[in-house]
Amino acid sequence: MKLSRREFVRANAAAATAAAAGVSLLQAPDAVAANGDNIRWDKAPCRFCGTGCSVLVGTREGRIVATQGDPDAPVNRGLNCIKGYFLAKIQYGEDRLKQPLLRMTNGEYDKNGEFTPISWDAAFDIMADKWKAALRDKGPTAIGMFGSGQWTVWEGYAASKLYKAGFRSNNLEPNARHCMASAVAGFIRTFGADEPMGVYDDLEHADAFVLWGSNMAEMHPILWSRLTDRRLTHDRCKVAVLSTFKNRNFDLADIPIVFRPQTDLAILNYIAHHIIESGKVNKDFVGKHVNFLRGNADIGYGLRPEDPREKAAANADNAGGSQPMTFEEYAKFVADYDLDSVAKLSGVPKKELLALAELYADPDTKVVSYWTMGFNQHTRGTWCNNLVYNIHLLTGKISEPGNGPFSLTGQPSACGTAREVGTFAHRLPADLVVKNEAHRTFSEEVWKLPKGTIPGKPGYHAVLQNRMLKDGKINAYWVMCNNNMQAAPNMNEETFPGYRNPDNFIVVSDPYPTVTAMAADLILPTAMWAEKEGAYGNAERRTQFWRQQVKAPGEARSDLWQLVEFSRRFKVEEVWPEELIAKKPGYRGKTLYDVLFANGQVDKFPKQAVTDAAGAVYDNDEMEHFGYYLQKGLYEEYRIFGLKGPKKGHELAEFDAYHRTRGLRWPVIDGKETLWRYRSGYDPLVAAGKDVEFYGKPDGRAAIFALPYEPAAEEPDDEYDLWLCTGRVLEHWHSGSMTQRVPELYRAYPDALLYMHPEDAKKRGLRRGVAAKLQTRRGEITIQVETRGRNRPPEGLVYAPWFDARRLLNKLTLDATCPISKETDYKKCAVKVTRT
Amino acid sequence: MDTTRRRFIGDAARTAGGVALCGLGLGLYARRSTSLPAQALRPPGAITESEFLAACIRCGLCVRDCPYDTLQLAQFDDDIAIGTPWFNARNIPCEMCEDIPCVAACPTGALDPALTDIDAARMGTAVLVDQENCLNYLGLRCDVCYRVCPLIDEAITIEWQHNARSGKHSRLLPTVHADACTGCGKCEYACVLEEAAIKVLPQRVARGAGGRHYRIGWEEKAQAGDSLVPADPEHRYNLPEGLDYDYAGEGLIREGDTATPFAADPLETLNRESAP
Repeated sequence: MKLSRREFVRANAAAATAAAAGVSLLQAPDAVAANGDNIRWDKAPCRFCGTGCSVLVGTREGRIVATQGDPDAPVNRGLNCIKGYFLAKIQYGEDRLKQPLLRMTNGEYDKNGEFTPISWDAAFDIMADKWKAALRDKGPTAIGMFGSGQWTVWEGYAASKLYKAGFRSNNLEPNARHCMASAVAGFIRTFGADEPMGVYDDLEHADAFVLWGSNMAEMHPILWSRLTDRRLTHDRCKVAVLSTFKNRNFDLADIPIVFRPQTDLAILNYIAHHIIESGKVNKDFVGKHVNFLRGNADIGYGLRPEDPREKAAANADNAGGSQPMTFEEYAKFVADYDLDSVAKLSGVPKKELLALAELYADPDTKVVSYWTMGFNQHTRGTWCNNLVYNIHLLTGKISEPGNGPFSLTGQPSACGTAREVGTFAHRLPADLVVKNEAHRTFSEEVWKLPKGTIPGKPGYHAVLQNRMLKDGKINAYWVMCNNNMQAAPNMNEETFPGYRNPDNFIVVSDPYPTVTAMAADLILPTAMWAEKEGAYGNAERRTQFWRQQVKAPGEARSDLWQLVEFSRRFKVEEVWPEELIAKKPGYRGKTLYDVLFANGQVDKFPKQAVTDAAGAVYDNDEMEHFGYYLQKGLYEEYRIFGLKGPKKGHELAEFDAYHRTRGLRWPVIDGKETLWRYRSGYDPLVAAGKDVEFYGKPDGRAAIFALPYEPAAEEPDDEYDLWLCTGRVLEHWHSGSMTQRVPELYRAYPDALLYMHPEDAKKRGLRRGVAAKLQTRRGEITIQVETRGRNRPPEGLVYAPWFDARRLLNKLTLDATCPISKETDYKKCAVKVTRT
Repeated sequence: MDTTRRRFIGDAARTAGGVALCGLGLGLYARRSTSLPAQALRPPGAITESEFLAACIRCGLCVRDCPYDTLQLAQFDDDIAIGTPWFNARNIPCEMCEDIPCVAACPTGALDPALTDIDAARMGTAVLVDQENCLNYLGLRCDVCYRVCPLIDEAITIEWQHNARSGKHSRLLPTVHADACTGCGKCEYACVLEEAAIKVLPQRVARGAGGRHYRIGWEEKAQAGDSLVPADPEHRYNLPEGLDYDYAGEGLIREGDTATPFAADPLETLNRESAP
């Protein structure tokens, strides 16, 4: 063994330490040798957030033994955050689920029975019974599915086909509804096409960054280290941070802004007003590329229709409506949002508001706006998205390096699966929607289905699904790849009663016994991340693939296997009406599996060895089971939507290309990726002779919307006298079902804390470290008070993260949504804090 | 060796506590215990170690009143004077209670009752001892120690540095400031590495000390509020046309370097010697 001097010193130090600790020295050389020789390394995107860092996964003897940040990945260049650092441990929690479990008493299914191991066959038997009964008794609206922005691309696609075509039910939603539905609605409303125009490279080109309700320092850690590098290395660079409490971003903020909750709407309109008033409108751009629209106001809060707030709202039934207006009318509309009145309403000093507005107004400052849940989880979330686009459109600061609005995503494939595949109750792949007949017809043709198979009415959205479960309108429900009992708002009054409604049968597929699994009737053990072949799409339109690295434990199966295998249980006659079958008599007597998956397209790639460039061979358990390359078949069929569908701009490369690259950013046209969309030279889809074209809209023009400030659904009063804002911490991802099982991460941040202002604590006889009762009109929990630490709320607001299964914050949150996007506002409700 | 009277009492007490021991072993043990192991921290308000050993009567009240079970009484094999209170931050750190119950419980002043503000406690000082294994020094985004610090942005700050290897990221370097660090050990406890890269050490171990023969110029100036020696009169230079020279700032300035040919101060333009 040849050692450099440095290694020699280290080895000796290790030997000395080992000797001092009385450890046998024999162990050390073994570890060193194995590190060099026996580990197979292959690439995969990180399992966690939407940043899409790439890692190399090291396996030995069928087990993931290590990971490393991929030094050749453009997103992270070898770096990871602390969650990514522990990827090798997330699938090895001691309590992995390894066999199907059904609630049973004396050998029979019983809603109140004990979870008892059963076979997959028995599990699918009872599931099929329940699904068939619901379909027979009440039709396709009586079944539902809640999926995920963590599904692989083909899992979402298979679910969409199974539900929308197979079962003819649009009651399919992803948990991404809780996460970025407002961003989707905003993109579609303003540009007619989903997802950002820019890419992460904007970070190296901008002069200024504005973070609107985005705690990037904790939630997108690697992007934050990229943004801070720009701030460090570019002289003029400025960072503005807007939040309702001080978070870690404020450490770097040149323009720190803590505003009164909900007044971001007014601040956005003030900026538009300032741009107009100071003569900084880019008239050429606005004249050529923009339409002005007055959006409907007074649109309610997405609560149950009998709620007084809904009854009082003038436009609760037509929240998304709008009428054309002129620039002059728009200018007059935003003139109400002058500096004095907005400073008063928002509680932000005029100096900061002016400095912020100038970043956008100054024609020589390139500015990128970033946002996440502060905008999206908002009863006016779609409006917030529209309003930030207004600012970029008024100044023409969009679709070019360093200039643009950029919505960041929280899930690894919120974009790739939930949005691009369209696993929402109203969507189909590649920006198509169910209510558009031409879109349905195209989808039916791609899927070789009789015309009229896909229902035209959107299904129940996420929050409505829980209400419908409670009301007994949905009776058979499958929750896959998410933890909605911990996530969905108003758990006590809506979610839990829905799952435990005796009329309902709830199936939960998960690798771990989550809060949601505990509320299920049947639990299906699930393969995760590198235990299957997968594809994710990150926030910058980058699609990344990975191969199956290891086998899942016990009888755990991938979501894909579960979805496709379950389709075998249904004969076409059991789910489709006779008149539909009559249009395709060849399908008579066939199963949904035959029609949807063994359709000559999905099954066209024969069984083959999956290999990497070095020739190493990988498992593909689904190919082994079904006898063909299922993932490739699904993907290539899905790809037709982008290549030939009625909405251009979603072109993807062929399957094999992605296994060779660390992701490609769509649209991929003639093998070339697209960096900045809608601008000539960067985007080949822009019509010849045009500099900019927003081709998602029929006339190529984006929309500027006049939308007012309106109050929140529930504001503090004398009894519930504080705002409650919920969120996350860097150490834990979402509901913590993976990261709370990593001992080091659990130790680093074990329990959710209630961040509050020391004066607010004092007034209530509380102090740091004591347990307090946190109570809303819907429920209460006990939580420890923190008056120091990473988050510093102003007086009048408290903040707590939701990862902690032992402190279910969603017992407290209100199920008010943006009436347009149907996304819950997890950032604002009224709460009181008292001594226990 | 500086053996004071108090120190003598301390040694005697230790000897009394170790009656079960005998002969040479006892002698060795007593000697070792006069210096605390580096990872053993005393409760907040503990007076200097030698005085503490003399004043502490091993009553255990501070341990009893610690709500987090942080404090424990030293056992025979802890290598610490038997019966005295201590904690290991990697096991259970100090939670920095506002009312400091351990100090309130101490009947002898071994834990100084003058300590009423927990931020003034100095149980030790955190030191990022291993920059080679610290994830943030490698450019990763851990910074767990920073975020768990009860005195975040005071006792631990983040210093940004360009990551020359990745070229596009910054390294966020956790930096401890001993003037604010209480030595509570939350950082050491939470460090996600198998062996913590940041450790709380007794101040005598953690801290260096500069020679009294040298002062740090910019700090002296900041403290004085002005230069210790008065500022120079204005300098003038022999320079070719079109060049300027800034003594205190950026040095040689070419005309094209600024966005406009005019200085920000109009008087500078008006009073320039070459003015028409």
